[in-house]
Amino acid sequence: MATPTERLENWDEFEIGAVLKSFDENGNYSRDHSKTYKVADWRVNKPIFNRSTCIDCDNCWLACPDTCFIVEAVENKKGKKQAKIVGIDYDHCKGCGVCVEVCPTPIKSLLMFPEFTDEKEALANWPKKEDKKD
Amino acid sequence: MAEKYELKTKEVWDGNTAAAHALRQAQVDVVAAYPITPSTPIVQNYAQFLADGYVDGEFVMVESEHSAMSACVGASAAGGRVATATSSQGYALMVEVLYQASGMRCPIVMTVVNRALASPLNIHGDHGDLYLGRDAGWIHLIANNPQEAYDMTLCAFKIAEDEDVRLPVSTNQDGFLVSHTAQIVEPLDDDTAYKFIGDYKQRNPMLDFNNPVTYGAQTEEEWHFEHKARQHKALMDSPAVIERVFKEFKDLTGREYKLVESYNMDDAEVAVVAMGSNYETAKIAADKAREMGIKAGVVCPRSFRPFPLKEVAEILKNVKAIGAMDRSAPMGTIGALHNEITGALNAFGYNSIVTGYIYGLGGRDTTVEDNLEVFKDLALNAEAGKRVTPLQKFIKLRGPELSFFKVGE
Repeated sequence: MATPTERLENWDEFEIGAVLKSFDENGNYSRDHSKTYKVADWRVNKPIFNRSTCIDCDNCWLACPDTCFIVEAVENKKGKKQAKIVGIDYDHCKGCGVCVEVCPTPIKSLLMFPEFTDEKEALANWPKKEDKKD
Repeated sequence: MAEKYELKTKEVWDGNTAAAHALRQAQVDVVAAYPITPSTPIVQNYAQFLADGYVDGEFVMVESEHSAMSACVGASAAGGRVATATSSQGYALMVEVLYQASGMRCPIVMTVVNRALASPLNIHGDHGDLYLGRDAGWIHLIANNPQEAYDMTLCAFKIAEDEDVRLPVSTNQDGFLVSHTAQIVEPLDDDTAYKFIGDYKQRNPMLDFNNPVTYGAQTEEEWHFEHKARQHKALMDSPAVIERVFKEFKDLTGREYKLVESYNMDDAEVAVVAMGSNYETAKIAADKAREMGIKAGVVCPRSFRPFPLKEVAEILKNVKAIGAMDRSAPMGTIGALHNEITGALNAFGYNSIVTGYIYGLGGRDTTVEDNLEVFKDLALNAEAGKRVTPLQKFIKLRGPELSFFKVGE
């Protein structure tokens, strides 16, 4: 991503070694902190998540190298706390496709699509389970 | 606490032993190294010192030189005093990380024992590895004998860690000719040596958990240029620090070092410029040349990077003919040192006749007589007032003379 212009200093002004400090003197996130970085603009293919087939096994959450699976804490039938996968953080997902590989559902709950694909359209045309032939 | 090592005022050490003792006396926090001929004894001796209780720091075993330098970068960024050693192929494998070390401004000290680069495989001394690291953003100091290998290594820590420098420094000694040649070395005692170097001063250490920092940031076209420019400025400004450290070293030991070393240059009409052990050989040849009526002198840049352009030009400005001695295959142009010298002279408006000599590749013995032949060549050019010998000549090469840009061709 392009570095915001307000962060660009002259050659004789910045800390040597391109060292970036995470916090300012008051302990707040510094302007150099990567908290707000969007580091996915070079992605070519993206995964799309289909909630309707997901079984919340959390394989994708565990396997994602960029921790891009957004989870919500929910209670299951027995009242036990559980993580529910609700979506993908597209600001950090690089489109590696590992999540698709590890998804265990008979019809994948995650599939790769070209970056420009409309999510609703993709979900509407999601592969269906083939009817069993007699 | 590390044990003190009992040293005599005069020891008989080869260059490797001298460098190893300097590393020990610096009380390095982390040495990560992979052995390679001819620098193996540096790390081997150092590991022995550690095993025997003379070193408090860590010795990290790695599986390659790429990992050795990577571990050094990590340890340096973490906030420790760091050193390593290598040669030749190991140096080549490190190259990628050499640029990382200097770009992250890690003041690592590397004691290099110069050796030829394959192929064909050769374990002996030439400057192929030094030239390979030329543009890596390191300070490269030259040591021409075991005493200098010791002295330069002590100075290297002080230069690298100076707050105005904060750059990695390599010390270079010729494989076998210096690294394995035992000579009298006058070491400092452990306390004096450590006091000269001083305690390590951290800057942005990663192990300071209250002030987390990122090393190795990505800076694309908006920033990379500025960072590289700043690093270059630090190198260009470093001679002042190098000279200050040399001055302090002289005050302590009486041994004087300069950015450009010279021998018999006051009235010299011809001069050889060489780095490494051949500087000493050329000095003897210069004496013989003077007996023959040739006013000969010798020059050695003590620091290959930063290259002392102005000082080199200044010392050579009144010399009629100069022989630039490059101990590395130039592979398609004039030698790197030849290039520096002509550049320096031209930049400051001097136009001595400069010819280049490629010598000693793969440890080919280069003797006093070989240097004397160079002085005789230079005398011909000086007498004619123009270049009458080839621009580049390979010396002591078996077979028909190999030279380029002969006069009249």
